[in-house]
Amino acid sequence: MAEFKEAPAGAPLGEQLLTWVDNRFPASKLYKEHMSEYYAPKNFNFWYIFGSLALLVLVIQIVTGIFLVMHYKPDAALAFASVEYIMRDVPWGWLIRYMHSTGASAFFVVVYLHMFRGLLYGSYRKPRELVWIFGCGIFLCLMAEAFMGYLLPWGQMSYWGAQVIVNLFAAVPFVGPDLALLIRGDYVVSDATLNRFFSFHVIAVPLVLLGLVVAHIIALHEVGSNNPDGVEIKGPNAPKDAQGHPLDGIPFHPYYTVHDIFAVSLFLMVFTAIIFFAPELGGYFLEYNNFIPADPLKTPLHIAPVWYFTPFYSMLRATTDDLVTVLCLITGLAAVLAFLKGRFPGAAKVGILVAAVVLIALLKTFDAKFWGVVVMGAAVIILFFLPWLDRSPVKSIRYRPDWHKWMYVVFVLFFFVLGYLGIKPPSDIGTFIAQVGTLFYFGFFLLMPYWSQIGKPKPVPERVTFHAH
Amino acid sequence: MKKLIATLLTSFLLGVGLVSGAQAAGGGIEWDKFPKEKLADTASLQNGAKLFVNYCLNCHAAAFMRYNRLRDIGLTEAQIKANLMFATEKVGDTMKVSLDPNNAKEWFGGLPPDLTVIARSRADGAKGSGADYLYTYLRSYYRDETKATGWNNMAFPSVGMPHVLWELQGQRSAKFVEEADAHAPGKTVHVFKGYEQLTPGTMSTLQYDNAVADLVAYLQWMGEPAQEQRFRLGVWVLLFLSMLTVIAWRLNAAFWKDIK
Repeated sequence: MAEFKEAPAGAPLGEQLLTWVDNRFPASKLYKEHMSEYYAPKNFNFWYIFGSLALLVLVIQIVTGIFLVMHYKPDAALAFASVEYIMRDVPWGWLIRYMHSTGASAFFVVVYLHMFRGLLYGSYRKPRELVWIFGCGIFLCLMAEAFMGYLLPWGQMSYWGAQVIVNLFAAVPFVGPDLALLIRGDYVVSDATLNRFFSFHVIAVPLVLLGLVVAHIIALHEVGSNNPDGVEIKGPNAPKDAQGHPLDGIPFHPYYTVHDIFAVSLFLMVFTAIIFFAPELGGYFLEYNNFIPADPLKTPLHIAPVWYFTPFYSMLRATTDDLVTVLCLITGLAAVLAFLKGRFPGAAKVGILVAAVVLIALLKTFDAKFWGVVVMGAAVIILFFLPWLDRSPVKSIRYRPDWHKWMYVVFVLFFFVLGYLGIKPPSDIGTFIAQVGTLFYFGFFLLMPYWSQIGKPKPVPERVTFHAH
Repeated sequence: MKKLIATLLTSFLLGVGLVSGAQAAGGGIEWDKFPKEKLADTASLQNGAKLFVNYCLNCHAAAFMRYNRLRDIGLTEAQIKANLMFATEKVGDTMKVSLDPNNAKEWFGGLPPDLTVIARSRADGAKGSGADYLYTYLRSYYRDETKATGWNNMAFPSVGMPHVLWELQGQRSAKFVEEADAHAPGKTVHVFKGYEQLTPGTMSTLQYDNAVADLVAYLQWMGEPAQEQRFRLGVWVLLFLSMLTVIAWRLNAAFWKDIK
């Protein structure tokens, strides 16, 4: 136990109260560690606002969600009507609902940008691996949260979107049909599904999500923030002042709090402009078809997930028999290369060959639909391994060889194109482009240990580059 | 960094252009533009409500719309009760119908859809708003004796609903000619060459288009009665936020001027 402190005699009531609390709970200590004496690099740029914005959107989602649950009815016979009741009869219900529906998309916008920032500046590199992994966990939770939340309005897209995605699980060999049954709680998406998705959406996933957010921030504040130069400001050799504070760091509060207030007001301008003037955002944030109540007997002509899932959905659709054959060829080729050129012991080489043969056999044994599910899942899971895939001697894109920048440009381009294709009905040329995109996506990550080491990095400065405003 | 973003943006637009060029345009006729100014016109909305109650509400419900919400388009509760409701309903009730689902199935092949949010559900990013669709659809009926109801529709081929507004518009037939198919030599395609008025309606074409526009304006309003309030409030919110942004910007600059 820490030493018991006494407030000086005649101290103001506020100070006495704080002393009383501090003796029982580390209020001042927490405030110092995470706000007033958390030193963040002073050279943060535009890309560094999305973490705070993600936290803001999380709070918006939780608060609006609480009010929505007061009026929403998780019952297949009542759900659609209760959403319209919120939109019409609940005072300001329409505003709360639009904040929540726009918030869902806004969450993905800021999280994608936040993750891309990490990619640009190597924010996942040692010692920040756990910060990144917790973040990937948050992204996974967010996807679950969005998917299950989308069923709740019980419109046509809610219903058929859930039907399509849950049916994917049925493609898993051996246990698939039972797994799908377990998720749905019924043989088709029904009232039972709606009830369990509601439970997961409002209780289970948010609890995990909040825990991960806390872990993400604690881990971040333990190792300190990275910055656009990828230079450690708190390392043993980094310059420090007489009190041991990093010279290139500034206290989070007030400097980054005022920064964030500015960013928040800019963000809210965009956010509220959408809420008030285009809450459907051309059918991307609220799909038009979802204003038709769910009808299990009428399959819509075209079922598309909401935009934030479409890059991954595209990869799923791109996994046809042809792509599986290509994957077999690539596996075979990689194994032969490893056997001939790899610097492994002989036993390992044989092992690689055997593993490749087994993998090819599996690829050809199970349906392409199953491998589509695997590809879609792997596209997200692979992000967890990024800290060990990137072997570049420098963290930040600023000091990497110029052609690395082009790798990122092409990567982002394909991600957008995959997203765009996922919204559209399938077409031959679209599928082909999506297949190329899928191969590039995986090639980008799986070959990263190789390509990230190639080329001569530019010299990294001793200290961060900062130009006063 | 700015260069990187610019490159990303241009390459993305290029990519999208490439892909969308590869996508064939969807089928069906082009939609006419719904005259949006009707939405701001209370008399139009009231006329639309009258048309809706008289012509639509016999078979279609608007089960999420309460009668007394019509006060928002300038009607008093007494006016609503006297002109737009039948004796058995209360003014706080929603607009339900007593159509027997079995009869509906026999007469139209299915239950007529609820119309509360019909204008929101029929939008199509590529073709226009839901109001555009409804405005086109209600003006595209023609006589077709091959159909059970004797009616067909250019915007909704083989539609189950007969032309309920035919007395207003009159009866029309559609002219089709066979033309050589540009894509398949030796084959012909059915090409639409305009309508032909068979019997006159009680309204001229202009009057009819106007009446349909009023009805669609009402349907659009009913889809989201708060939409006008939403726009008005949005302007104030954005004004407030722009002031907040200026203050936050200067506050930020004031703190950051000591950071060298």
